[in-house]
Amino acid sequence: MTAITQDRGPDLREPAGWRRTKNQIATILMVLAFVVVIIPLGFVLYTVVAKGISIISVQFLTSPIPPIFAPASEGGIGPAVLGTLEITGLATVMAVPLGILGAIYLNEYGGKGLLGRLIGFFSDVMTGVPSIIMGLFLFSIWVVHFGFSGFAGALALGCLMLPIVIRSTYEMLRLVPDSLREGSYAVGATKSRVTMTVVLPAALGGIVSGALLAVARAAGETAPLLFTILGGLSTANPNVFSGANIAIPMLIFNNASSPYSGAQARAWGASLTLIVLAFLLMITARLVTARFSRYSRY
Amino acid sequence: MSVATRRAGPAIPADPARALSERRPLGDRGFQILALACGLLVLAILVLIATSTSQQAALWFSTEGLKVFSKTWNPASNQFGALSFIYGTAVTGVIAVVLAVPLSLGVALLLTEVVPYRLARPIVYVVDLLAVVPSVVWGLWGILVFAPWIQHIYASIGSAVTGIPVLENLFGPPTSGASFFTCGIILAFMITPIVTSLSREVIATVPAIDREGAYALGATRLEMIRGAVWPHSKGGVTGAVLLGLGRAMGETIAAALVIGSSPVITSHLFAPGYNMPAVIANQFGEASGVFRSALIGIGVLLFGITIIINVIARGIVERSARRQRGA
Repeated sequence: MTAITQDRGPDLREPAGWRRTKNQIATILMVLAFVVVIIPLGFVLYTVVAKGISIISVQFLTSPIPPIFAPASEGGIGPAVLGTLEITGLATVMAVPLGILGAIYLNEYGGKGLLGRLIGFFSDVMTGVPSIIMGLFLFSIWVVHFGFSGFAGALALGCLMLPIVIRSTYEMLRLVPDSLREGSYAVGATKSRVTMTVVLPAALGGIVSGALLAVARAAGETAPLLFTILGGLSTANPNVFSGANIAIPMLIFNNASSPYSGAQARAWGASLTLIVLAFLLMITARLVTARFSRYSRY
Repeated sequence: MSVATRRAGPAIPADPARALSERRPLGDRGFQILALACGLLVLAILVLIATSTSQQAALWFSTEGLKVFSKTWNPASNQFGALSFIYGTAVTGVIAVVLAVPLSLGVALLLTEVVPYRLARPIVYVVDLLAVVPSVVWGLWGILVFAPWIQHIYASIGSAVTGIPVLENLFGPPTSGASFFTCGIILAFMITPIVTSLSREVIATVPAIDREGAYALGATRLEMIRGAVWPHSKGGVTGAVLLGLGRAMGETIAAALVIGSSPVITSHLFAPGYNMPAVIANQFGEASGVFRSALIGIGVLLFGITIIINVIARGIVERSARRQRGA
C-alpha cells in the first residue's frame, strides 16, 4: 500500500535537479542586481544628508556667498537659491505651455500624418540630446549677441524641458478615451473647445505630474547654465534679464574641486538643498497623480 | 451600405467636409495653427542647434582642417586635436554600458517576471530615485567620497596584475581615483534608471500567451525568459541599451569632476583621462578665439554622435514596439 503511494513517478510541479538550481541562481542574480543598484543610491543620499544637514539653516539659505576660502560658518548660498528659483521658474513658464500645445498637436491633430510622426520621433530624439549641447546652443545663439543672463539660462533649461513635457503630456492625452471627445462633438463643440474644456481637464493630473518631474530634472542641471549665466557672483542679481547670475548646481560645481573645507561644506549643504527640492517636486508629482488619477481612468 | 446611407438620410449635407469647415470659427483654426507651431518648434530647435553651433565652430574646422582629429590638445601652443576626447567618450561610454546593462536587465526582469505588482511599484520608485539625484551631486560625491575610496582598490588590482600581459595594459599602474573607470562607474549608476524603465516597457509587451505556453511545456522561469521573453524583446532591449549609451556619452558635470582631466589616449582604464563633454565644461571659462571655437566644435561632434545614436535607438525601439502590437 505504502509502496504504491510512493511510486507516483517524478514530481511534475517542480522541475528537478540542475534546471531548478539554475532557475534559482537566476532569481538570486536578479535580486542581487537590485541590491547593487540601491547601494550607491543609499550611499550618496546618506553622505549628502550627513554632511549637509549640519550647515543648513535659514541663514545659510539666505546669506550672500562668501569667498571660496571662507570657513563653513560664514555666509551661505542665498543668491544661488534665488537664481535657481528665478531661472527654473522662467524656464517652466516658457516650456510647459509650449510643450502641452506641442503634445496637443501630436495627439489631437497631426499624430498619424507624416509631419506628426516626424515631430513625435524627433521630440523623442531631442530628449536624448545632452544638456551641455543646450548650453552651447544658447551660448552661440544668444550669449554672443546679448551677453550672459539668467534669461539665457532659462531658455537653455526650457529647451531641455520641452521634449520631456511633450512626451509626458502626449502619453496622458492618449489615455483620454475617444468617447469623451465624441460626446462633446455630438453637442456641437469645436475641436479647440473640446481639447481645452474636456480633453485637457481629463488628463490634467498626469500632465501636471509630468511637468513637475521635468522641473525637477531641470532644477538640478548644471551644464546648460555653465555657458549661459556665467556664475561667480557673491551677491544676488535679481534681474534675470541682464547680467551674470548664479544657481545652486553651478555653486556646487565650482566648490566641488576646491581644496577648502568651508567651500566643500557649502557644496554639501547646497547638494542637500537641491535634492530636497527635487524630492519635494517628485513627491508632489506622485500626490497629484494619486489625487487626479481617477479622472483619467474612464 | 446603401441602406445605411438612406437611413442617415437628409441629416447629412451634400458635402459634409466643406460645410463643416465653413462653419469653423476663426479661433478654432488659430488654435490648430498654434499647436502645429509648437510641434514644429521641436524641429526648429534641432535645426537651430546644428546651424548655430556649427557656425561658431567653423573657425576651428577652417584653421585646423583635418588636424581636428589629431591627438595633440595643447591650447598654449594653439594645437586643438580632439581625438583623445573622442577616445575618452567611447571608453567611458562603453564602461558605463557594460556595467549598467546587466544591472538594468536584472532589475527589469525582477520587476516584470518575479515580484508581484504590489512590490514592483516601490522598486520602480527606488530605481527612479537614482535619476532624481542631480549630475552635479553625483560628481561631488564621486570626487570627494567615491574616488578616494576606490583608489586603494585600483592600486591593489594594479599591483596584482603587474607582469600579466593584457591585464597589465588595462588595469595596471598608473592608477588614480579620478579615472576613466571611476567616470564609467558613476555614469553607469546614472543611466541605470532609463535603461531599466525602457527594458521593462519592452519586456512588458511580450504576450502573456507566450509566457503561459512556455510554462505549460514545463519550463522553469529562467527557461521561459530565454525561450519566450528574450526572442520577443531583444530588439527593444538593444534600443534601450543604445539610448543608455547616448546618455552616458553626453553626461557632462559628473564626468567633468571625476574623469581626472588628462587628455591622453591610453589603454589603462584606471588612469586619469578626459572626454568630450568634460573638456568643454572644464575649459570653456578660460577659452576665446580658436580655443573657444574648438570647444564648441567638440560639442558639434558630440551632438552629431548622440543624434545618430538616438535616431538608430528610437528607430529600433519603435519598430519592435510596433511589431509587438501587431503580434
